[in-house]
Amino acid sequence: MRRLFRTHATEICLLAVIVLIAAFLAFATPRFFTLGNAFDLLNISSVNIIFAVGLLVVLIAGGIDISFAVAASVVQYVTALILGQVGGGGWASGLLIAGGIGTLLGAFNAFIIHRFKIISIVVTIATFNIYFGLLMFFTRGVSIYTLPDWWTERIILYEREMADGSWAEIRLPVLVMAICVAATWFLIRHTTTGRQLYAFGDNPEGARRFGISIGAMQFIAFGWLGLMAGIGGLIQAHYAQEVVPNALYGRELDVLAAAVLGGARLGGGKGSVLGCVLGVLLISITQNGLNLMGVSPFAFKMIIGAIILVAITLSNSRIDKLLPILKTERRRR
Amino acid sequence: MTTLVRRTRNLLGSEIAGSVVAFVLVVVIFGLASPQFLSRATFGSVAFQLPELGLLTLAMLLPILTGGLNLAITFTANIAGLTVAWTLQANGGVDAGPGSFLLGVALALAAGAASGVVMGLVIAYTKAHPILVSLSMMIFLRGLGEFLTRGGDVSGFPAFLRPFGHGSVVGIPLPLLIFILCVALWHVLLSRTRLGFNTYMIGSNIEAARYSGVNTRRVIVLVYTLSGAMCAVAGIIMLARFNSVRVGHGESYLLITVLACFLGGVNPFGGFGRVIPVFAALVVLQLFSSGLNLLGANQHLATAVWGILLVGVMMLRWLAGHFRTVLRRKE
Repeated sequence: MRRLFRTHATEICLLAVIVLIAAFLAFATPRFFTLGNAFDLLNISSVNIIFAVGLLVVLIAGGIDISFAVAASVVQYVTALILGQVGGGGWASGLLIAGGIGTLLGAFNAFIIHRFKIISIVVTIATFNIYFGLLMFFTRGVSIYTLPDWWTERIILYEREMADGSWAEIRLPVLVMAICVAATWFLIRHTTTGRQLYAFGDNPEGARRFGISIGAMQFIAFGWLGLMAGIGGLIQAHYAQEVVPNALYGRELDVLAAAVLGGARLGGGKGSVLGCVLGVLLISITQNGLNLMGVSPFAFKMIIGAIILVAITLSNSRIDKLLPILKTERRRR
Repeated sequence: MTTLVRRTRNLLGSEIAGSVVAFVLVVVIFGLASPQFLSRATFGSVAFQLPELGLLTLAMLLPILTGGLNLAITFTANIAGLTVAWTLQANGGVDAGPGSFLLGVALALAAGAASGVVMGLVIAYTKAHPILVSLSMMIFLRGLGEFLTRGGDVSGFPAFLRPFGHGSVVGIPLPLLIFILCVALWHVLLSRTRLGFNTYMIGSNIEAARYSGVNTRRVIVLVYTLSGAMCAVAGIIMLARFNSVRVGHGESYLLITVLACFLGGVNPFGGFGRVIPVFAALVVLQLFSSGLNLLGANQHLATAVWGILLVGVMMLRWLAGHFRTVLRRKE
């Protein structure tokens, strides 16, 4: 039990906080603790979780990426244009096109970072502006509302009628999210590449001397995030039933904050898929709860910002400083 | 004479060469492309627009020198501007006297410094990454501002504030004078004081600085505090120029401040970089932006150009470094 606590301290803390908040909200609002609301939460957070697990891989490899949400907007738009050209398509071609363009955009970041040895935050701030500027310039900010039917049609995986007659349903985004989460978990936990990513993030020079190809690591990390951004963009358009060029603008910072809340560390070598998912859920639940309690939406960001600031402060202080039980344990060993 | 040359070179630094080349390029290219570019109007508008961006860049410069980053600068400036606005409104709005303005300025500086102190303390004591800390501070401040203003803008200030945004003293815009004063302050701070020396030490190697007896925590807290206070100055100038305050004003400057620092030869990992070259880079960037405007470039296209420029500058620096090592090897 103690070992579990020490290896998964962040995840357990997060879970405890989520349970506390959920318990509080369940008493404070009648609407929160219903199946319908829980499923809504899942449907809404799906895209953010897809983005977050992609970003997690980059964070583990010691990088940071600001540009992925805008890249996802580019993917949405270009995919919609291509599908319009070829006249429809289906989920397979949609995923292929979106994933492909996303991966390309990610690889472009990786190329500049690796080839010219520029730190990733500078590169991605730059590509953020390039992608967004060019997207808005070429589209003139015009949204696309006429998407192929398969893209916008709601696909319900599981539904149940509630006592009050409303329907609680799990939709397609949740399935895609589950696949992305599982794939990322498999990549970083059960492959050699995953272990190399952790090693590279923890100590790039050590990893290089150990024979790990640095270029390959950058391309895998940013390419994976690009892939996730592409898929996330596709699903976001499916969820919103439209493509709006600046809809995802600003999303990157929320996702980044959530991933870090989940225990990923800027500087690399640390982070887990579970923590990442819990981080996103914590923020969504807080937002959802504030909404249900009738707090002004203007206050959301302020409260979320404060929560993240406190969480960063706590997670960077040593956990055994905060919990004396573990300290004695360590001394005895 | 030679000492004079040497002293100027020491003052300006070798980093300035890039900015000078860029300046000549920008003036020649835009001068050829647009006949209106080389006019008094262009340089006049540059002189008025430079301070807003410049003061924010100064606020960004100090954290970058320590190897950090302050992403909260624009929203700190907004909050400081709001502080002034509310102080004026509480004292009669349009009829408020100079005394309440001074009070507002003091409160704004305190508010800016307070955001800096919080960030500095978290960064120094928990060793959390500055990007994250300033990012969450940015989200918090934006939320705070939106919550308090409901997304609208605050206006209605006394008339004596206008000169701070639009007035001139012997032909030099007043905001520019304030900006130059701040540049000089930062220059002296970085090159003449112990705090400046320690800032560079921390940026080069924080552990080495700590072992050599520098109180690194104190320096980091001070650096972020000064950065926050400088944001407040920017916020006050912005208030006087737009004659209103809105959360989100100047948000697009965030990237350009980073760009200006790197264009001015500041090392992204910290430890190296000076104020005067950054100032030169700012002038070039502002001219560039005015030139794009004159050519009728779309605002979004300009955004893309900023990004391309940033990557381009970093690539050129990499190439320059590469060449230097190749040449050295040949010798």
